[in-house]
Amino acid sequence: MTLRDALICFNGLLQRELLRFVQQRSRFFSALVRPLLWLVVFASGFRAALGIAIIEPYETYITYEVYIVPGLCAMIILFNGMQSSLSMVYDREMGSMRVLLVSPMPRPFLLLSKLMATSLISLLQVYGFLIIAWLWGVEAPVTGYLTALPAFLLVAMMLSAIGLFISARIRQLENFAGVMNFVIFPMFFLSSALYPLWKMREASEWLYWICAWNPFSHGVELIRFALYQQVNGQALSIVIAVTLVASILAVRGFQPQQGMGKR
Amino acid sequence: MRCLTKILPPLTLSLLSTGMLWNQAMAETAYVSNEKDDTISIINLDTLEVTGTINVGERPRGIIFSHDKTRLYICASDSDTVQVMDLKDNRIIAQLPSGEDPEQFALHPDDRHLYIANENDAVVTVVDVKTQEVISQIDVGVEPEGMAVSPDGRWALSTSETTNMVHWIDTRTHEVVDNTLVDQRPRHVEFNKDGSIVWASSEIGGTVSIIDVSNRQISHKLNFQIRGIHPDKIQPVGIKLTDDGKYAFVALGPANHVAVVDAKTYEVLDYLLVGRRVWHMEFNSDQSRLLTTNGISGDVSVIDINRMKVIKSIKVGRYPWGIRIKP
Repeated sequence: MTLRDALICFNGLLQRELLRFVQQRSRFFSALVRPLLWLVVFASGFRAALGIAIIEPYETYITYEVYIVPGLCAMIILFNGMQSSLSMVYDREMGSMRVLLVSPMPRPFLLLSKLMATSLISLLQVYGFLIIAWLWGVEAPVTGYLTALPAFLLVAMMLSAIGLFISARIRQLENFAGVMNFVIFPMFFLSSALYPLWKMREASEWLYWICAWNPFSHGVELIRFALYQQVNGQALSIVIAVTLVASILAVRGFQPQQGMGKR
Repeated sequence: MRCLTKILPPLTLSLLSTGMLWNQAMAETAYVSNEKDDTISIINLDTLEVTGTINVGERPRGIIFSHDKTRLYICASDSDTVQVMDLKDNRIIAQLPSGEDPEQFALHPDDRHLYIANENDAVVTVVDVKTQEVISQIDVGVEPEGMAVSPDGRWALSTSETTNMVHWIDTRTHEVVDNTLVDQRPRHVEFNKDGSIVWASSEIGGTVSIIDVSNRQISHKLNFQIRGIHPDKIQPVGIKLTDDGKYAFVALGPANHVAVVDAKTYEVLDYLLVGRRVWHMEFNSDQSRLLTTNGISGDVSVIDINRMKVIKSIKVGRYPWGIRIKP
């Protein structure tokens, strides 16, 4: 495989994802409407709820709306990543995935290109949301929007990899609803996206530990710190580690002798 | 060449240290009285960090600079005295008589007469800082707290928390010549730059009265409403007005917000979230920043006035109360 081949292949996959993104406008708007409802309706009710302690990386007291924005960015990435990865189930059933996987390119490269293409699409949606949040009065430091870019990309890679790993194990399209209920929702709600972990600990110790072990929490924290031009070392290492493990497992899941080829 | 290598290191070092000293000397400094710790915290406004803590008398509350900013007067309420701190070495150099339980005070433009509110005795004590003697005690309403002297030195105002009045003291005769009834529990009064208008906050009433100095009548009254916060928690205390007459800032106590008011139209423009029970405030020298003392959360919030954003909250001692900034 030459670099030129790799670029052509990656470009093809990216264009396919872009085309799908542009054609499915309802998916783009629903990806925006969901976090906006949380921001405008849900967060407004809790506006003053968090003005009691300063938490890192914030240097002063913040409203709940400010707190919730990094979690909502991660929510967009989560839904988009999972939906794109799980669309592999559809692709597999309809045959386009089989066509893709018989290409002469190495299978891990194909899958990683697919992960990267999905992640780049997620970024468009995240920045769309951040612009609306900014208009709503929730601002991060200007340079924070740039420093958060690698964090968004890394988290998107992690979540897409987890999605790919799961999709390798789903036999039918109907199981997607199950994934929504048993993967996406628990992952989002049992994290630091909506409440800081110390608040969770006040409610229950075991709830706190579940949230602390949830890789999505670390993704949210990585984004939160990056938006304020800081690096959360712990979150960064956990996100990288989970991305690597999930990618390896996903690639293994798509090996013909072990994964879908067997079915 | 050998000569150069000998000279350069000490030269570089001395240049560096001179630069550092210059930087320290140039930095603005905030002094914050910590009511429960009996201390004054010192904050460097360049780094926004606490650089020192000084032990002072019991329960320090109101603090004020002499006009040349070489001394800091401190109301040590439970020590029943006003302490004088020399700002060259941050040492207490004198204890002025103050009457019982001094809480807030104001310095006359003559830089000599301190007007001190004595909450427990219902009097205002006038002290000459030069002779260190009490020159007058003026009966006012019950529980006097807020104190201000007009820029021209004609009026000394005191607010009494229980009588709900602003008392107008003629500084030439040291007599109360008029009273303005305001809403419940007035805590603070502030003159605008030219001394034509007075802003008086009423803690329980939840309002700020704008008083015309020429007729001593209320011309406007401000109310505050914050989304998601019960009206009972909105308790205005500290007030600061910008010199350009554009903005007024009102500290709203347990509502944990500072109201930004258009000082011309009296319209509330915004509410800025700060620490818990925000009490008093102070501008830096070019009025680009406003610092607030937040009693319960024990910190000082820094507001960037150009962006109207709270940029940082700095942990100080327990129950920070008064604040002053030295250029």
